[in-house]
Amino acid sequence: MSIRLHAEGLSKTFTLHTQGGTRLPVFRDIDLAVRGGECVCLHGPSGAGKSTLLRSLYANYKPDAGRILVEHGGKIIDLLAAEPWEVVEIRKRSIGYVSQFLRVIPRISTLDVVAEPAIFTGAAREAAANAAANLLTRLRIPERLWSLAPATFSGGEQQRVNIARGLMVHYPILLLDEPTASLDAANRRMVIELIQEAKSRGTAVVGIFHDEEVRNAVGDRLFEVGKSIDVRSAPHAEKEKSAHVGASVE
Amino acid sequence: MIPAPKRALPPPLLSVNGVSRSYGKQLGCQDISFSVRPGEVLGIVGESGSGKSTLLACISGRLQPDTGSLVYDMKDRGPVDILALSEPERRRLARSEWGIVHQNPRDGLRMDFTAGGNVGERPMAIGARHYGNIRSEAQNWLEKVEIDLSRTDDKPKTFSGGMQQRLQIARNLVTRPRLVFMDEPTGGLDVSVQARLLDLLRGLVRELGIAAIIVTHDLAVVRLLADRLMVMQRGRVIEEGLTDQVLDDPHHPYTQLLVSSVLQA
Ligand SMILES: Nc1ncnc2c1ncn2[C@@H]1O[C@H](COP(=O)(O)OP(=O)(O)OP(=O)(O)O)[C@@H](O)[C@H]1O
Ligand SMILES: Nc1ncnc2c1ncn2[C@@H]1O[C@H](COP(=O)(O)OP(=O)(O)OP(=O)(O)O)[C@@H](O)[C@H]1O
Ligand SMILES: [Mg+2]
Ligand SMILES: [Mg+2]
Repeated sequence: MSIRLHAEGLSKTFTLHTQGGTRLPVFRDIDLAVRGGECVCLHGPSGAGKSTLLRSLYANYKPDAGRILVEHGGKIIDLLAAEPWEVVEIRKRSIGYVSQFLRVIPRISTLDVVAEPAIFTGAAREAAANAAANLLTRLRIPERLWSLAPATFSGGEQQRVNIARGLMVHYPILLLDEPTASLDAANRRMVIELIQEAKSRGTAVVGIFHDEEVRNAVGDRLFEVGKSIDVRSAPHAEKEKSAHVGASVE
Repeated sequence: MIPAPKRALPPPLLSVNGVSRSYGKQLGCQDISFSVRPGEVLGIVGESGSGKSTLLACISGRLQPDTGSLVYDMKDRGPVDILALSEPERRRLARSEWGIVHQNPRDGLRMDFTAGGNVGERPMAIGARHYGNIRSEAQNWLEKVEIDLSRTDDKPKTFSGGMQQRLQIARNLVTRPRLVFMDEPTGGLDVSVQARLLDLLRGLVRELGIAAIIVTHDLAVVRLLADRLMVMQRGRVIEEGLTDQVLDDPHHPYTQLLVSSVLQA
């Protein structure tokens, strides 16, 4: 399959103005290409920058340099150079992102929370609701909870709602930040199954999975993200040679 | 992979170019430029006195800017320079294509009309005639904003603040405007009422594809409603971008301070 997502020369340093302008280099000159049907697992110790990289691929964080080329509507677009409305469109149709925690929308029912992304792409309400119900069933969210807002749900229930929402639309690119972190074995296996289905549809997947079972089941290769860098250099005097990112490891 | 060339775009719904406004020596807002596309929701945040309301009043034709231009893409005339319109023309435009939700519902409602009359006034003004239709459309909107139909013939002064604010929203959205200006639409309401109003707004704006410019000091409000965000300080826009980008990865020192000083948005 062809490359669906190509990050080139990505670099990211946070500057913390509220803390005396401390500069926090996270990664530098990252190159990552992901093919359709492939799942790349971001790997590295806590604080290495895995989530930062994943958020950058969604344009949630703004890298300082580089390009993120994605296929959208039959064209190749650089996500970092795109206008905000264009990024909104790309996120609607071409890139899905499942964050580590569900951001609850007050007063919206679980079924609607899950169905919403499809409705935003213009799907009929009824069809979207059916697909949402199907996903919620597979992820073992009891039907009596569907009409409630997920604010009061347990951590694992919220995470499964979040996954269902992220999988509603068949995005060609899917970004997953520890989707199985607080799930039991049965639910973990269902998430594995859902990711495998996405891959067989040709989705390019980039994920962070702490769980080795999940990694082995869905991952095609690891992508090492830096070492934990503690280069808290003073403003204007940074040395960030340790902010390297290794090439992909098999 | 090779990126495609940028394509030409349809004109924005509203473009604001270099708008400034002072009050004597007091700076209101300075050199503001941005544009809004159809269906796009833009949030404006910033500290008290940073010029948000001044900017909103200027771009909604209620306050004359000292410099700058405003171009609005009218439904049947195409792009027009708003500042060059005559006063009656501007009023007609505002009535037929815009909505303005004021922070204080009293500024946006007719306190001497009934609730139904408040909602029905605009459809009537732009040519709807049949009383039955207007009344049923008004009731339809009262239902949408969760005002009990038994209150249709009551005057808004008998309503709570939250009900008045919802009535103001119904009054503005009933004619399906293409662009809505809102100044602190959830200000002055208690938290549970705010949450209700917010998802009401969120649903309506998304469902009807209305473009909106929302001024607020509440980051949770923009997180929920706005596609894009502008941050103002001392009359200027100091940071702008996708809402989640600006809130999660703020670059300007003032934005970082703003984001870090609230618990979680
Ligand atoms: N919004 C932010 N502003 C400032 N610094 C940040 C921000 N997000 C992340 N960082 C910093 O970037 C570094 C990398 O964090 P990141 O969350 O990417 O690590 P991670 O590899 O996902 O770790 P974990 O496995 O613990 O989730 C950390 O030092 C973190 O403090
Ligand atoms: N009619 C007026 N006459 C004189 N000064 C004014 C007038 N209206 C606003 N100002 C001043 O212009 C500046 C910007 O005011 P503006 O109302 O636009 O701020 P804001 O960002 O909306 O603040 P808030 O969040 O408190 O509503 C302030 O310093 C204010 O005192
Ligand atoms: Mg992480
Ligand atoms: Mg104001």
